[in-house]
Amino acid sequence: MGKKQNERIMKTKIIDSKTFTRILNRLAHEIIEKNRGAENLAIVGIRTRGEYLSKRIAKTIFEIEQIPLLTGALDITLYRDDLSQLDKPILQGTEIPFDVTNKKLILVDDVLFTGRTIRSALNEIVDLGRPQNIQLAVFVDRGHRELPIEPNFIGTKIPTQKSDDIQVMMKEIDSEDGVYII
Amino acid sequence: MSKNYLFQNAHIIDPITNKDEITSLLVENGAIKKIAKKISFDKNTVVINCDGIILTSGFCDMHVHLREPGFEHKETILTGLTSAANGGFTAVCCMPNTNPPIDSATVVEYVKSQAKKFPAVDLFVIATASKERKGNELSPIAELCESEVVGLSDDGNPVENADLVRRILEYASMYDLTFIQHCEDKSLSKNGVINEGFVSTTLGTYGIPEIAETTMLQRDLQILEYVGGKYHAAHLSTKKSVEIMRIAKKKKLNATCEVTPHHFTLTDEAVRSFNTNTKMNPPLRTKEDINAILKGLQDETIDVIASDHAPHSFDEKEVEFSYSPFGIVGLETTIGICVTYLIEKKILSWNELVKKLSVNPRKILSLPEIKIEVGENANFTLIDTNKNWTVDKTQFKSKSNNTPFHNLKLKGKPFGIFNNGIFIENK
Amino acid sequence: MTETSTKKLQINHLLGMENVSEEDITLMLDTGMSFREVLERPIKKVPTLNGKTIVNLFFETSTRTRIAFELAERRLSADVVNFAASGSSVSKGETFKDTVQNIEAMKIDMIVVRHSSSGVPKFLTEISNATIINAGDGAHEHPTQALLDMMTLREKFGTLKNLRVCIIGDISHSRVALSNIYGLKTMGAIVSICGPKTMIPKHIEKLGVKVFHHIEDVIPNVDALNVLRIQRERLSANLFPSNEEYNKYFGITKKRLEKSTKPITILHPGPINRDVEISSDVADSEHSLILHQVLNGVAVRMGILFLLGTKTKTN
Repeated sequence: MGKKQNERIMKTKIIDSKTFTRILNRLAHEIIEKNRGAENLAIVGIRTRGEYLSKRIAKTIFEIEQIPLLTGALDITLYRDDLSQLDKPILQGTEIPFDVTNKKLILVDDVLFTGRTIRSALNEIVDLGRPQNIQLAVFVDRGHRELPIEPNFIGTKIPTQKSDDIQVMMKEIDSEDGVYII
Repeated sequence: MSKNYLFQNAHIIDPITNKDEITSLLVENGAIKKIAKKISFDKNTVVINCDGIILTSGFCDMHVHLREPGFEHKETILTGLTSAANGGFTAVCCMPNTNPPIDSATVVEYVKSQAKKFPAVDLFVIATASKERKGNELSPIAELCESEVVGLSDDGNPVENADLVRRILEYASMYDLTFIQHCEDKSLSKNGVINEGFVSTTLGTYGIPEIAETTMLQRDLQILEYVGGKYHAAHLSTKKSVEIMRIAKKKKLNATCEVTPHHFTLTDEAVRSFNTNTKMNPPLRTKEDINAILKGLQDETIDVIASDHAPHSFDEKEVEFSYSPFGIVGLETTIGICVTYLIEKKILSWNELVKKLSVNPRKILSLPEIKIEVGENANFTLIDTNKNWTVDKTQFKSKSNNTPFHNLKLKGKPFGIFNNGIFIENK
Repeated sequence: MTETSTKKLQINHLLGMENVSEEDITLMLDTGMSFREVLERPIKKVPTLNGKTIVNLFFETSTRTRIAFELAERRLSADVVNFAASGSSVSKGETFKDTVQNIEAMKIDMIVVRHSSSGVPKFLTEISNATIINAGDGAHEHPTQALLDMMTLREKFGTLKNLRVCIIGDISHSRVALSNIYGLKTMGAIVSICGPKTMIPKHIEKLGVKVFHHIEDVIPNVDALNVLRIQRERLSANLFPSNEEYNKYFGITKKRLEKSTKPITILHPGPINRDVEISSDVADSEHSLILHQVLNGVAVRMGILFLLGTKTKTN
């Protein structure tokens, strides 16, 4: 993602904070509906923002179903296929404090693009155990897939140029909730 | 018929005849014909413009390793003498740690025959003090004396046995031969590779403590005091050694000593790079030692500067630090270093430097004195005192180029030598 | 999307702990901790270094360090080649340089090297293009051991800052001691050393460590002891009179440790000489982290291999 400095960056907000919350709530509802409740569900977010998304979804599901979900965070750095091209790989570590085997695992990421991150995440989860199934929830699907990967739950679809950059912002680490196209 | 040479406007320095003047000098048939401000010449005369050039009695490096016979891949007598000429020396004394060692008349004759290939530089031979350089029995000193060796030494190794040191001094004194000791108590230096000190501690490298040198030096001087003879300590490296020598001289013992250029320019800090060209024995010491050596040079505690020219092939040095052999080449950097670090820094005057590089080594080994005087043989070293240059090891005439001084900027370069009727210009 | 961060290892090779910055050490320790999680997984292998070739070049016998490195390499999915040669390569007729250049011609990415001569890892960087990791050179450095020791201490105490650590034993011949001193000092620990005078190198106090010759003077004022192995061959070098005497005056025993008002954490780089430098009741006690060091040894080496192995080469 070539973010060149010194160049004027055109930044357009396409989702504001209100819409952001609505989308998240809808995703939570869809997950419950598809799984007929929240029994045996576990939710794992891909670091960094997938983790915060997954925690918010878990919170919403708890408010609706009164069932606390097992949550975890996945760092896919060790499974990336482009490690040696990265300037500075940084390891945050995977934290999944439960056995994934036989769980219905919801995998959450902020932006679905080429599909390579999801490929890495699937490989890592499979090394951790054998879930009953894995379902993919993404906040933004921006197209341009390079691998045959389709999400089960989509927050919003945003048509993009391949050279565009989609930025999901979250209050937990950014100044606000929202989505920008750059 | 040999040519005539006119050295025009040279700065002549000769401590023996007390010359220190800019004048011209004519050499005919290898001998000094005339010294005067203006000398007329004919067309058979080679005129050498000596503006800014010091002309002094030919330098003698009394401590070099020429490696032949036995280690011709490092150096041969021919390449060693060529290197000496390029470095500004008209004489060298070669150490006997060859294979076979120079411990018999036969080997002495062989070495001398090889030296005939390069007549511009006089080769004087130092023979072993002990048989086969093993430190057990006396070498055939009388026989060696007859072959005109100029000194006795097991250099590379010390003569450790105190009784043998006594016997060598006693026996050699009958023939006025100097015993040159490599002071190193091996039970103290053990498997050390660099100076024992803070640097060896931080590099986790086995150290050679200064006491390895000083205890043997002190012991030898006691023996010398008891039995007499002529004793010369090679390549001293520590402050304590200088102090010990100072006391010995006060006592008027017949003891002299030398230091190498690297021991008054580099410290063990240079070893931090693990460059094997900083590995020599004795090892590079500390700033404190350098300062003591400089002081010793000034107050004449230290008589001689010698290079301890120790060629090793590239492959031998391009190995793990602890497996690398000790030693560096020095013939072609000695003058530049002495001018830069001693003359330019006002440690020594030219007169004093010439004593350390020409007069004293000859005196210690009872070699013929060199005088710059009409009628004398012409034996000169010429130095371009103002020339700034950078050491380039690839340009050495020596067969080896193991030097820690590569790329060092120096002031003062050999200009050439004249000896035995031959003029060789520095390249 | 993974967040890019400004954290980046400054070093390109791990030759020693001397001159390694606090940031780099912290990054290596943090990364090591991340790999502890990987070691808890049912499948302890990640594809990170898939396609990278690592040569373990051991010119000195080693079991533990080599196994720890090899496990770390294999668990990162690197291709691993082991080369062991005893003693001087020169004695085998091939020079070290030739050996290395031959191996390098086979297209390798990293070399883990152990050698009895100090400075060999540095020499390797001059004759090879591979990334070099020092697994112990002479009595110089053993950085991965120091990192695993620091990782273990930091895990136990939370921080290394102002932690009082004493290294006990033959400091003169110990690469473990030197690397620990460099690393711990950089991290702000208070480091002392203790041993017979014959085993303490000259001027070591210039590194900012306090020197002791009596265990009793050390014990009341430390949080952790790093007990070094006493090598049998030092006996013949007259560094100490006998194992028994060493044990009697320098051995770490339960009785000695009782002099401290609070428990002292025990580290040992292994292998242990029971009842020489350490007694069994200490080595096997709850305050001994010796086996935990072994676990961290694999994790921190995975971290180092990861950080160096994925570092883009800057030309």
